[in-house]
Amino acid sequence: MMLNKLKALGAVLLALLASGCATKQKPYDYAEFKAARPASILVLPPMNSSSEVIAPYGMLAQATQPLAESGYYVIPVSLASETFKQNGLANAADIHEVPVKKLREIFGADAGLYINITDYGTSYKVVQSDTVVSADAKLVDLRSGKTLWQGSASASSAEGRQNQNNGLLGVLLSAVVNQIISTTTDASYKMASVTSNRLLRAGGNNGLLYGPRSPQYQKD
Amino acid sequence: MEALSPSHERKRPTMMNKKLAAGFALGLALALSGCANHQQKSLYGWGNYQDQLYEHFKTEGNGNAAEIAALEENLQKMRANNDAVPPGYHAHLGMLYASIGKEDQLIQELQTEKTLFPESAPYMDFLMRNYKKGLSK
Repeated sequence: MMLNKLKALGAVLLALLASGCATKQKPYDYAEFKAARPASILVLPPMNSSSEVIAPYGMLAQATQPLAESGYYVIPVSLASETFKQNGLANAADIHEVPVKKLREIFGADAGLYINITDYGTSYKVVQSDTVVSADAKLVDLRSGKTLWQGSASASSAEGRQNQNNGLLGVLLSAVVNQIISTTTDASYKMASVTSNRLLRAGGNNGLLYGPRSPQYQKD
Repeated sequence: MEALSPSHERKRPTMMNKKLAAGFALGLALALSGCANHQQKSLYGWGNYQDQLYEHFKTEGNGNAAEIAALEENLQKMRANNDAVPPGYHAHLGMLYASIGKEDQLIQELQTEKTLFPESAPYMDFLMRNYKKGLSK
């Protein structure tokens, strides 16, 4: 009896272990990333495909933390914006076209992060309003011009309501998301924080690798 | 190659149980820690830094004095907590000082950024070379 119960529990645990964190996606090819091992990142002012004018501010203000906590030096985002402006570059589309060699020359960063915001804001509906922030990002080596990594992430206030079977982490994130929504007026800004952490914090599935300032550096 | 003694037979299930229990405990620990272990200890103190950046972008440089006060206060808290100051913090603060005419403070903050983060050296040097042209409005 006892033995059978334990066996059953063991099987459940094995299933948890196997499915809980494992990704069903194809693993990312990190060959270029590992060859380049950038130490510093310039976050370019994000492109904005959403209809919310303020979206780039929300994303740019909250891009430093996940990258720095992942072990990278991040070029001060406010000064970089100012430097672009002083060089006559006020819009993100133009900035994203600047040759990497030029960026490297001015900022001295190893890599550039090109963010594109695809969704930002709250859609008000009769029954419920959803706040969604989605973005994709590309990390480019400013020394070689090679793409080191690409990814995308999204966060939505609807997550908490859907009874997702995401395991412990999913439940926790949903709780955080719900709390954010119920306690803030600038819901999109707070949601952008969840999105940027999902997008830019190392250690996730197919996410960025850890940088030199992290204790996890080269262990991934 | 004879059949096991009766006493041995009684023992086996309990031994098995112990092994399974140990395995179960290990499995539980793995399952609980496996997903959670990317929640590392923070490398830096953050406080209001990102919110202040957002504020700075939104006000388009019109709230600089208030932002300096908020960031300096936050800096005191970080020091009290023994938290490392995050990348960009000192440089951003320096830019705000420059905007209210305190250019010596700008140089000092850029130097601090450079000392804390040698990776910033090329850009900090670029800024120091160019600050006379007016870094910020």
